[in-house]
Formats: sequence, structure tokens, C-alpha cells
Amino acid sequence: MGKTVSEKILQNHSQDEVLPGKIVWLDIDILSARDFGGPNVVKNYEREYAGLPLADPARTFFTFDLCAPACTLRYADNQQLCRDFARKHGVRVFDVDSGIGTHVLMEEGLSRPNSVVVGTDSHMNILGAVGSFGQGMGDVDITFAFRTGRTWFEVPESVKVVVKGKLGPWAGAKDLTLFVLKELGTKKIALKSAEFYGPAVAGLSLAGRLTLCSMVTEMAGIIGFLPEISPSARDEIETFTQEPFSSVTADADAFYSETIEINLDGLAPQVAAPPSPANVRPLAEIRGLEINSGFIGSCTNGRTEDFAAAARLLRGRKIKKGVMLKVVPATRRVYEELLAKGILEDLFSAGAIVVNPGCGGCAEGHVGLTGRGEVQISTGNRNFPGKQGKGETYLAGPAVVAASCVLGKIASPEDL
Amino acid sequence: MNPIIKRGHCWVLLGRDGKLIEDIDTDQIFHNAFLYITDLSEMGQHAFGNLEGWKDFPSRIKPGDFIVAGRNFGAGSSRQQAVDCFIALKVGAILAPSFSSIYFRNAVNSGLPVLRCLELDRLAAEHLLETGDEVEVDFFSGKARNLKKNLPLAVEPMSPVQREIYLAGGLFAFGRMKSETG
Repeated sequence: MGKTVSEKILQNHSQDEVLPGKIVWLDIDILSARDFGGPNVVKNYEREYAGLPLADPARTFFTFDLCAPACTLRYADNQQLCRDFARKHGVRVFDVDSGIGTHVLMEEGLSRPNSVVVGTDSHMNILGAVGSFGQGMGDVDITFAFRTGRTWFEVPESVKVVVKGKLGPWAGAKDLTLFVLKELGTKKIALKSAEFYGPAVAGLSLAGRLTLCSMVTEMAGIIGFLPEISPSARDEIETFTQEPFSSVTADADAFYSETIEINLDGLAPQVAAPPSPANVRPLAEIRGLEINSGFIGSCTNGRTEDFAAAARLLRGRKIKKGVMLKVVPATRRVYEELLAKGILEDLFSAGAIVVNPGCGGCAEGHVGLTGRGEVQISTGNRNFPGKQGKGETYLAGPAVVAASCVLGKIASPEDL
Repeated sequence: MNPIIKRGHCWVLLGRDGKLIEDIDTDQIFHNAFLYITDLSEMGQHAFGNLEGWKDFPSRIKPGDFIVAGRNFGAGSSRQQAVDCFIALKVGAILAPSFSSIYFRNAVNSGLPVLRCLELDRLAAEHLLETGDEVEVDFFSGKARNLKKNLPLAVEPMSPVQREIYLAGGLFAFGRMKSETG
């Protein structure tokens, strides 16, 4: 029997025969820990493996992206603990100036097609966008992997998701993603690996691929792959890896536990309402709801293209008085592009608060949180109760967030 | 294979609708405001600190008690604290129809018994499993019984890896037994 994309990548990293449902041992290419989880990894390591070397310091990294720079003494202490450990073991730290770890690993060419990458970020599977088998893990797993370079893994079944039809004129990759999440919910691909096909998916830019793959976590899936790739996404990945891109594709006789069809049918903008990301509705149903704040950024929508989509709408306009818009680029590289292209200036002039790269806005990190009664519209990936404070969070694409901040209420870009 | 039989009193996590709460995420189990905590002894007090209706859980649970939750328990982040807070409280086992994959791994690696049981939704809805009921489970065969109501229960047995890690007392001890880690 043939193999699916995830089965092929896992087989390339295992001595065991890879079959769905079977637990196999994997050799890991890239190991990482961030500033949440990382300090626990260091403490575990010092307790369990004191004096013993890492499996491979050159393939081990710390990525500080959550509390960047540290806003409390405890976070500062934790980051310093990791830096000291890293120096002792010869490990590179992508420090608080770098941005979101997964995006940094991608830009540095460390997360490559057909590789296995692990870290303490539950959105590590976003790296499916570049053909990496990324997995988020807890600190016990990562400690063990730092020491051995290996991990046990239950091979997931694969599901084929065929996305048919086209997006409407005002919708983008986030709307597609939210609609897919609405259709799949948290059950249909739970604990499975998904492969997404269809022209709307194949045509996505790298930023769009990242948006879709990041929210496979919210679909409760293990990982998502997009075996078909657009020329622009291919080019961008090649600038990171410095080698011709070769996509891992499934065998013609690969086994899928299910094939699911989703029809976009000229999709209009979508919004996920509280209390969960899968609570997706057409924007039209909640248009006009007053908002207090907006956020553009996160691993889901933190690329240059995402901010450009917002800047196109904000250029020459002002955010409504009393509304706060927070902007957080994914990485330092993105920040640099925003500067060079004048996008940052557009956002700033419209009244946005622009801060340094990282996970702020999604995690309760370096750009504050929402207060009781506050309504926020966010390009992040989660709106669980209490995650970003006590307010209510609606999830949408960057153009919707920008339009909503101008009008002070949930709005589609066409309303401007 | 020797059975490993454990008994515990259940805490059935019901929502306002009287059904098992689904998709309980790690921010509801152990909020990200406390992620700076790295010592086990400090973690127990924050368990379910952001789960509506269950915030007093840490003061009510007794060592060895079982937690019964809805499907996709432990959704969201990869934080180990969402497992370790229950180890700190000496929770005997967590039973749910399904777990998020990261959460399941984290629990297995820490030696916290997590057991899948597909019929929990029905049992909870029909009041055939309620808070306070004492349940007996053989982790290895999956044979289980609600002793209070004298009803059988089908629990998925632990997989071989889960069993070995549990018997070793966690992933680190397991690695040493296997000479994986030197």
C-alpha cells in the first residue's frame, strides 16, 4: 500500500515500519524550546541528565517569542536560565528580538521540506506549510528529545480534504481557513493528518499556507499539508532554504480514512465568535457589533502580506477614536519588510500601535490583554474564554480587522 | 500481563447543560498567566482555575480521585503544567472520550493515567456515572466498573508504549531503562 505525505516523512525518519495507528520511534531533525516550556526543559535536563551532552547542539535551538522582552521578573529569570544553559551547551538562541519561533525556524532554512521539527509551541504544525512535519510537545518530551534526538510517535491516519470553488472578492486566506474550520469542526480531522487539495488551496501564497496550516491545531488535527504549491510560495521557501523546493507528495494508492469535500462557493468574509475558534459565522451575521480593540499579527496572520492587506485599507484613513489597534509582525525579517515597503508608516499614521515581533496579542504576553467588557477583533487563532484577558475575542482576517477598526464595529472591507 | 487495578471517586465535569464539557483547553486547565511556574508544588492550586463552575476544584479533590471529562480534553497549548497540576493534586486518572494529541502525550510521559472511554457522554447524560461514584479500572485490560451503580464500563486499554512508560514511572525513567539516554 502507498503512503500519504505524513507517512512518507515519518518513514524517512524511522527505522520502524510506519503504518497508521502504530507507535514508531522518530529521529528528529530540529529541536527547539521557547520561553514558555524552555525553562522547564532546562530544569528537567539539569535534574535528569546533569553533565550529559545534548544529542546535537547544532540542531537544538531556543526561540524566545512569548514574553519579548520579559515583562515580569519571573519571565526574565526564566529566559536567563535558558540563555545560560544554551551558552554552556553551545546552543543558538533566537532571542527576544527575533520573533515567532516557528517563523524564524522557517526563515532561517532550518525547517525544510521532508524534515521533522519539534518544539514547545502547540502551533509547531504550522510548518506543514513548508512541508515539514512540525509537532508541538510538552517539556518532558522536549527534554527527552534534547538528550536523545528521538521521540515516540503514534502514526496518524490521514484525511483528504478537497476544497472546491473560489473565494469571493472580499475574502482571503483567513476566511478560507475559518470556513474550513467551520466545516471540519474539532471532530472531523481530530488526531489525524490532513492533506488539503483544490485550486483555492494550491494557489495560496506562503502567508496563506501558514494561515491555513496554523489553524489545523484548532481543528484538533495533528498536522496539515498542502502538496500542491503556488510559484510565489515556492520562490519564497527557496529563498529560505537556498535549494530547489521539492514537495513531498502522496502515493497514488495511499490510504485515507476519509475524503471530505468543502465548497467555497464565492465565500464572503468569515468571523469566529467567542467562545471557541470553531464557532465560525459569516461576517454578515454579526456585522455592526461594536468593538473596542483590534489586533493584527500572530503565527496565523503575521506575515508582510497580512499587514499589506490591512495597510491598503488604512492608507489615508484613521482608526476610529477610542479604538485601539495593536500590530505585531511575526519576525524581525517581516518588520524590516514592513519598514522598507512603507507599510509600517501606513499603519502608524492610521493610529496603530506597532510593537516588536513576537507572539504578543495572542498569548498574554508583551502587548497587554483585554479587560472585562472589552470586545476585540483579532487575526489570532484562539478565542477561548480568558485566553487574552477577560474580554471577548472575535477572530477574522487582517482586512476585516482593519476595516472594523476604522468603523469601530465589525465590518467587511467592502463597507469602507 | 499483570492487571493494574485502581479505584477512584469520580469528578464528572458537567456544563450548565448537564452534558460533559467538551474541548476543555489548556488555558482553562492551567492559565497562561501562571506559565512562569516551574515547581510542581506550586501548580496544583491553579488546576481548572479558568474553567467556569470548577474553580474550587483544587480544594475539593482528594488524592486518587478520577476526573471524567468530555471529548478533546486538553485542547490548545503544549504546556506540561496542564498535566503536572493534576499530578501535584495526585489525581488517579483522567477519563475522556478523546484527548488532544499533545495533552495525551504529555500525560503519558508524566505517568498520569489518561484513558479513553467512548461511552462517557451517554453515561453522564443518563446519570449512569455521577460525581462521587467510585469506579474501578484495570488500566491494562480496560475492564472497568462503576461500583456505586454496579455497572460495567468499557475503557480503552493502555497502548504498549503508554503501559511501559507508566510502569517505569515516566518517560525519563523509561529512557534510562531502555538505555536511550545514558
